[in-house]
This record gives sequence, structure tokens and C-alpha cells, in this order.
Amino acid sequence: MADLLRDLDFFHIDELLTSEERATRDTVRRFISREVLPHIERHFANETFPKEIVPQMAELGMFGANLKGYGCAGMNNVAYGLIMQELEAADSGLRSFASVQSSLSMYAIYANGSEEQKKRYLPEMAKGRLIGCFGLTEPDHGSDPGGMETRARKDGDGWILNGTKRWITNGSIADLAIVWARVDEGITGFLVEKGTPGFSTRDIHGKFSMRASITSELIFEDVRLPASAHLPNARGLKAPLGCLTQARYGIAWGAIGAARTCYNCALDYTKSRKQFSRPLAGYQLVQNKLVKMLTEITKMQMICLRLAHLKDEGKYRPEHVSFAKRNNVNEALKIARDARDMLGANGIVNEYPVIRHLLNLETVNTYEGTFDVHTLILGRDITGENAFE
Amino acid sequence: MKILVPIKRVPDPATTIRVLPDGSGIATDNVKWVINPFDEIAIEEALRIKEKQGGEVVLITIGQSTWQEQLRTGLAMGADRAILIKNDAALDSLALARILAKVIGDENPELVLLGKQAIDDDSNQVGQMLAEMLGWPQATFASKVEFADKKVTVTREVDGGLETIAFNLPAVVTTDLRLNEPRYASLPGIMKARKKELKEIPADSLGVDLAPKLKIKTLAAPPKRQAGRKVGSVQELVQVLHTEAKVI
Ligand SMILES: Cc1cc2nc3c(=O)[nH]c(=O)nc-3n(C[C@H](O)[C@H](O)[C@H](O)COP(=O)(O)OP(=O)(O)OC[C@H]3O[C@@H](n4cnc5c(N)ncnc54)[C@H](O)[C@@H]3O)c2cc1C
Repeated sequence: MADLLRDLDFFHIDELLTSEERATRDTVRRFISREVLPHIERHFANETFPKEIVPQMAELGMFGANLKGYGCAGMNNVAYGLIMQELEAADSGLRSFASVQSSLSMYAIYANGSEEQKKRYLPEMAKGRLIGCFGLTEPDHGSDPGGMETRARKDGDGWILNGTKRWITNGSIADLAIVWARVDEGITGFLVEKGTPGFSTRDIHGKFSMRASITSELIFEDVRLPASAHLPNARGLKAPLGCLTQARYGIAWGAIGAARTCYNCALDYTKSRKQFSRPLAGYQLVQNKLVKMLTEITKMQMICLRLAHLKDEGKYRPEHVSFAKRNNVNEALKIARDARDMLGANGIVNEYPVIRHLLNLETVNTYEGTFDVHTLILGRDITGENAFE
Repeated sequence: MKILVPIKRVPDPATTIRVLPDGSGIATDNVKWVINPFDEIAIEEALRIKEKQGGEVVLITIGQSTWQEQLRTGLAMGADRAILIKNDAALDSLALARILAKVIGDENPELVLLGKQAIDDDSNQVGQMLAEMLGWPQATFASKVEFADKKVTVTREVDGGLETIAFNLPAVVTTDLRLNEPRYASLPGIMKARKKELKEIPADSLGVDLAPKLKIKTLAAPPKRQAGRKVGSVQELVQVLHTEAKVI
């Protein structure tokens, strides 16, 4: 089978990229093709995350790539998006790892931390020597994080933390957990290092999706935290939501990668597989599916590039990101389902990457604001009516 | 040590190449361009030598302005600066070697490292011609390059196996596949490359004879491979190889 990572560039969008942006994409794609693809099915089958590639990803500058200073690469948002696109062309779990490390954990400190916290943690996280996780969701509070029950109370100079976070990517492999909790003044964030007494993790098994990514529960039982563990600028729910906007931005790009792999696979397969008198690709129903895929992926690319430019110019709003995340992941999911169908029985085995992408995208559709939650965000934006409550 | 690495832009080996209907060239729309893989190995080797002994790695390419992109990739890998000898028309190996010889006269590198061939036309000539013009020792198809004092020892991949030769600098070495595995251009490297020197020199300002000695008359796609055929037994195989294929 030809190279499944190959580009799909019907509208010559490549020409709108700078040479640095193209070089960034090419470097990540090459890395993926050599270091990740040969092993990814094994990791998915075994429910393991390919931790061995973290040092290389760090050396290439992938963590916190769009942050400035603190040992980060300082790339623009197009380059950052392209990194996510290529990572997710391999596996959504790998992109999740990078999103959580960069956009959730590092960004949480970058945007809400003290200078001391930034200097202490960000360079180590950029080097991949310190892995982060982001604990917002709780067993009883998913789409409605504002209802969280995790609490921190003042204890002398420091804090005492109690509560449970669930569905936390990287939870048990993280050296540092960003934990969102309720205090008297509202919601704020804390940095909890692995090994802090009272802090334990438990992995969630039996997942049919994101199997090459670790998902855990974080348990806090009277965890004593020093004053220096508090993120001083995290005031209210808008602090974690600001991080989510960053991660969702990357997810919108990532969806292009997953969809592209599925499209390439379906195209190659239907061109070579013959049924009745000719290759499957010669039948109208199959062409219809391929053309739909091509069209949606191309639209996704245009949305993302425009969004990236708006973000670089500081003109984007969270609603733009909701639009992109909602549309792109949903379309990627449909493309993955169509591709799976077009591969027939071969669509359900791990000889082809399609079923893995399809299963992964079910998570991507749910996390970082479900499809419907983004519908409500956009609905509120255009009507002025809040349909959440 | 100052090392000059000439590089060429070629279609990505994974790209499906289509010959134009009139046979005048290949269709270049939707072709992804990369550094010739053997040249990339040359860049990697130059960087490793520099990391051990210090010095400078200078990239050079002869082509259109758009070839800057491949130079930038080489700079992102870690090369120090780059020269683009601007020439819009494709040149033959002899003209390329002449241009390189001229630039080498100005740059005075101690070592020229380049790919044994470019994967587009597979000529396998520039390194050899260049060494001859400069009157420098040459080692082609290198799979190992080692230094002691001013002496270079190169292991070459030749038809019969490996050959080891030693000679003095300055010299021309062309790289084979097993010499090393090139590094990835890192993202900070890509950012730094933007600020590195990239000098453009028009080819016709060099006073070199660029007139082609070689004319490409037409390009054609190789004939489509016929499907194979299964034979029933070893006897039948030997028989068929003898009577039909006539190879034994
Ligand atoms: C693999 C994986 C990794 C994850 N990683 C992280 C992580 O690192 N950190 C983290 O904090 N969280 C993480 N999550 C959690 C994720 O963000 C939540 O699952 C998500 O926010 C949805 O919450 P929920 O599962 O509780 O679903 P619910 O909120 O219970 O939603 C269930 C359904 O109800 C719908 N719904 C909810 N509210 C409304 C409404 N008002 N109107 C109409 N419909 C509504 C939803 O759209 C959805 O279809 C992860 C989840 C998964 C599966």
C-alpha cells in the first residue's frame, strides 16, 4: 500500500504555508512514519502508550511548540496545528498526549502560573523530562465542569485537597498534575507532583477507544499542598476553559490527520480491490463516498488555516474554536465510518489503520466539549440564548 | 574543518512520477520536493564531523529560487550557511561540476561531501567530475569516513564487497546509503534556519561554460510490469527458466 501519510491537497493549500510551516509538517510526518507507525498497532492492542518516543518528540521541539520562551520552540499557530495534524494522522492517542502536555498542562502554567512556576516547570516539560496531566473532569461532572466537587481548603500557608478526577489522559504516567478545584472564592488550579502523600492514580481499562493513550482516575485524600502549588492567576472557570480552547484548537487540526489517513486508505483500497467487473473505485456509490471525504477534508483544512491566522493575529474567539472542533471531529468521524465500510471485512482488522482511527475518534468527539456542547456554545453565540441550563 | 555539501532538490521518493504526454519531462504539479536522500546523508555526515572537530558546514545548490526550501531544511538540520547558484534551466553533470569547481575555488573547503547520485536522473557523475577538475583525491560510495591528522580513511561499497582507501585532504567524498541515518530537522532548528545566511548568486555571473553537452530527447514511463505466474514444481521452474526466460 502506498504511503498513507501522504498529503491530500486538492486546493493547493500548501502554497499558503510558509517554508518553515511546511518544514515543520515534513519533519513531524517523517518522524511519525519512522518511529510511530511501525509500532502503533501493538500499543493499541496492548493498551500501552509509546512512552519511549517522548524524548525524541521533545528533542524535535514538539512540546509547547507555540509557546514563547522557557525552552519552547516559539512556532506560530499554523506550525503548531500542522504538528497536531501529523501526530493524529498516526493516532489520536499520540496527539492526545501532545495536546495534554502542551495545550493543557504547559499552557495552564504558562497562562496562570507565577514566574517561578513557569521557570521551574516549563523548560523541563518542553524537554519531555516532566510529563503533565490536566484534571478537570470528575465522575459526576463532565460537560458541566462548573459543578465540580473537588475542594481545596486553606491550611495555614498551604492547602488541603480532596476529591476525585476521572478520565484523565496521562494520569498515571504524569509527573505533575494540574488539578482544578473549588475554593471559597470559586474555581482555581493547583500543581500536584507525583508522589505527594494522599495523591494516587488508577488506570481505566477496557477502553475500546484511545487504547494507545493512558486514561486514569486521580484520587486526592487530604493532600497537603504548599502555597507554591497554587496557580496564582487562575481565577474562576475561565482559567481551565482557556486551556481547553488551546487544546481544542489542536484537535481541530488533528482531525484532518486522522481523516486523511482514512481517506488515503479507502482510496488505495477501493482502487485495487475488484468486485464484480471492476475495481470498487469504479462504482458510483464508492466514488460518491470518496468525493464526500475529499470535500469535507478540504473544508476542514480551510477552516483550520483561517482559524490559525485569526489566532496568530489575536483575533479569534473561543466560538471559532468550537466551530472548528465540532465540525472537523464530526466530519472526521463520518469519514472514518465510511472508510471502514468501504474496506469491508478488512475494515475491522488492525492490518489497516481505519478501525483504530474510527474508535479513537469516538473519544475525540466526546472529549474537550462534546459535539452537542459545542452546538450549544455556537447556538448561544448566534442567538444570545443560553440553552445549557 | 570547512565542509562543502552540494545538494539537489528531487521529487520525494514516495511520490508517484508521471511522465508528461509529450515526453519532455515529468508532471510537477502535486510533486513533493525533498533533498536528494544521498545528499541528506552527506549533510548528516558533515554535521557529525563538525560536531567532533569543529568547523563549518556550507550547503550549496544549483537551481531555481524555490530550491531555497531544501537549503533551509539543511540549515534546519544544523548546517551553518547556504549558497544558491541560481539557474532556471536544468544543467548536465559537467556544467554542475564546473560551477562547483568555481565556487570551491572561492570557498576553499577542505572536504566536499555529496551524494553518490541523485535519485531523479541517477547520473552518478558530479562527484567524480568535480574531483578530476580540482585534482583532488576522491572516494565514491562511502559507507564509513574516518579522520586521523590530515588523512581521511574511507570505506567504500564496491561490487565485490568493501574497499578501504586512505588519502590526504582536501578531497571529494560521495555518500552511500549505509553511511549514516540522517537526523530530523528539529522545530527550533527550523526557527534558527530562518536567520542563517543564504546567499544567491546568478550562475551566469560565474563565467563558467554552462552549455549542455547532453541532450534529453524524450522521457518514457517504464513498461507496466506483467503479472507473475505460479509454477507447480521446481522441475517446472528450472524448465521454464531454461526454455522461456532463457536465463539458465
Ligand atoms: C479517553 C478520554 C480522555 C479524556 N481526557 C481528559 C483529560 O485529560 N482531562 C479531563 O479533564 N477530562 C478528560 N476527559 C473527559 C471528557 O472531557 C469528558 O468525557 C467530556 O467532557 C464529557 O463529559 P461526560 O463524559 O461526563 O459526558 P456528559 O457530560 O455526561 O455527557 C453525556 C451526553 O450528554 C450530552 N449533554 C451534556 N450536557 C448537555 C446539555 N446541557 N444539553 C444537551 N446535551 C448535553 C453530551 O453532549 C453527551 O452526548 C477524557 C475523556 C476520554 C473519553
